[in-house]
Amino acid sequence: MLDAGYWILDTGYWVLVSCLWFVVCRLQGFGKHFPFPIFHQNFRIILSRMKELSKKTRDIKGLIFINLSRLLFFFLILLLFLLLFKIVIEGLPVISWKFLSESPKNNMTEGGIWPAIFGTIAVTVIMILFAVPLGVSAAVYLNEYAKDTFFTRIIRTAVNNLAGIPSIVFGLFGLGFFILFVGKNIDVVLGTGLLFGQPALLWASCTLAVLVLPIIIVSTSEALNSVPKTHRDAAYGLGATKWQTIRNVVLPQARPGVLTGIILAVSRGAGETAPILFLGAAFFLPNLPVVDLCIGNYCIPMINPAEQFMYLAYHIFILATQSSNPTETLPIQYGATLVLIALTFLLNITAIIFRYRFRKAIGRI
Amino acid sequence: MKEIKISVNNLSLFYSEKQALKNITLEIAANRITAFIGPSGCGKSTFLRVLNRMNDLIDNVSVSGEVLIDGINIYDKNIDVVNLRKRIGMVFQKSNLFPKTIYENLVFGVKLNSKKDKKELDEIAEKTLRQAALWDEVKDRMNDHALSLSGGQQQRLCIARALAVEPEIILMDEPASALDPISTAKIEELLHSLKAKYTIVIVTHNMQQAARVSDQTAFFYLGELIEYDKTTRIFTNPAKKQTEDYVTGRFG
Repeated sequence: MLDAGYWILDTGYWVLVSCLWFVVCRLQGFGKHFPFPIFHQNFRIILSRMKELSKKTRDIKGLIFINLSRLLFFFLILLLFLLLFKIVIEGLPVISWKFLSESPKNNMTEGGIWPAIFGTIAVTVIMILFAVPLGVSAAVYLNEYAKDTFFTRIIRTAVNNLAGIPSIVFGLFGLGFFILFVGKNIDVVLGTGLLFGQPALLWASCTLAVLVLPIIIVSTSEALNSVPKTHRDAAYGLGATKWQTIRNVVLPQARPGVLTGIILAVSRGAGETAPILFLGAAFFLPNLPVVDLCIGNYCIPMINPAEQFMYLAYHIFILATQSSNPTETLPIQYGATLVLIALTFLLNITAIIFRYRFRKAIGRI
Repeated sequence: MKEIKISVNNLSLFYSEKQALKNITLEIAANRITAFIGPSGCGKSTFLRVLNRMNDLIDNVSVSGEVLIDGINIYDKNIDVVNLRKRIGMVFQKSNLFPKTIYENLVFGVKLNSKKDKKELDEIAEKTLRQAALWDEVKDRMNDHALSLSGGQQQRLCIARALAVEPEIILMDEPASALDPISTAKIEELLHSLKAKYTIVIVTHNMQQAARVSDQTAFFYLGELIEYDKTTRIFTNPAKKQTEDYVTGRFG
């Protein structure tokens, strides 16, 4: 994977330097001094046309700004494309139904990545189930109920700063708080031995939920603020209580914003490796973390939050750095990366579809 | 003898230190249209919002004096503000329909506290739309988005929405100022037909509208009530010089 990185850097660097030199020459009219003689003639044509244009348009600064922005925008797209291109080229040949549905075999050099896919989906879904109610309630409280005092401003600053904490710190926090404190005490209180006090899917989801909480809170906050005050006035004028106003007028209009927050949270959470290092991600597990919930004779397989799990981001990390023969596992690394990107993309598409429908319902399409 | 619906005694309102309303005393008669006129910033909208305690939603506002509706002071500590606002409907300057369907907008107030089935809600919707002279235009479009209506229709829908809660008093803050003359005329017609059942207070900066529509007019200036009398007298033979200057267009 490292060579892909270098490749992107090399190409990108060359492109960036050429572009900047190009823009500088255009701005200062150094047609004759451009170092690539092949482009010399074309350059003079371009420059003379630019000079004509500048006589016709008075907004030469605007023209420069727009073209500079365009250039940088295309450069950005180019970077993204280069990254994805490399991953797709190397990863696509590896993808097959077998790859997606089987367990890794033979010391990770063969087989598939299904347990990692399952683990990623399970952890991400439970993370969202924890983070969204908590985050939305917190944002509603901060925006609608709390008075603007010094204390609430401290809370807001704390929430924003939570977003900047390195993710490995979250991992240590999860280990120290959820596993060693909460889990252990639950074990003590319930007398279940060492059931909750060890790395498990539940604690990984909780920790990731805390990690993405600021994203949800900030997005929801923005969405709530974007509801015009006059709608709230109308509701109060009709005799609604504060909660009725929030529930029937404000929150429905804020739903697209909340979904934007969910999209960002899923993208962040599904790709994190550092937090889950000590929280239950495993190198290899023979079984999926499921348990059968049996009612009489009917058994439904459910996600078992007390077990460890395999995780795509962690799996890629392991294959790249800690497996015994990284060159043989290289195709699988690319394949797993592609699958992770595709998975995040799929989860986000679902959220985007919901957001589209909510926006349509409130007429904002 | 007119029945007095709202009686205001020595009402003053402060935004933090700044006094916005100075010792206002007046009585509003039931089943009449009362207009508040005055130049911009004179406090007429603020005073209107005092009547249904909408100023409570703004921070740093303090009110002294009393406002009696049917004899009960609404600024008493024991008053349930939510119930008060159900008895007093409010229509704002720009239509603030919710981004929902026309039907949902109409029944919003009704559904807040009472559990009525769909048939009853449909009846209430039809009744209020007929009262607001909107039924024919909207009866086939009840499930369309409310904001797809024209400006005049939206404002009439706001009035219908306020009527659906069956208030006794309707407060209107410059309801036609954002509308074209034809829509304005329709709304003024509507006010005449509503007078029989409701007590209406309308704030307007359009003096001709006040003259056309209202029975009583109050002239405000810089937070004080300058003159309050029958509309005909205010516009033909006002007692105070300031009033005369305003209605003849010498200032404001």
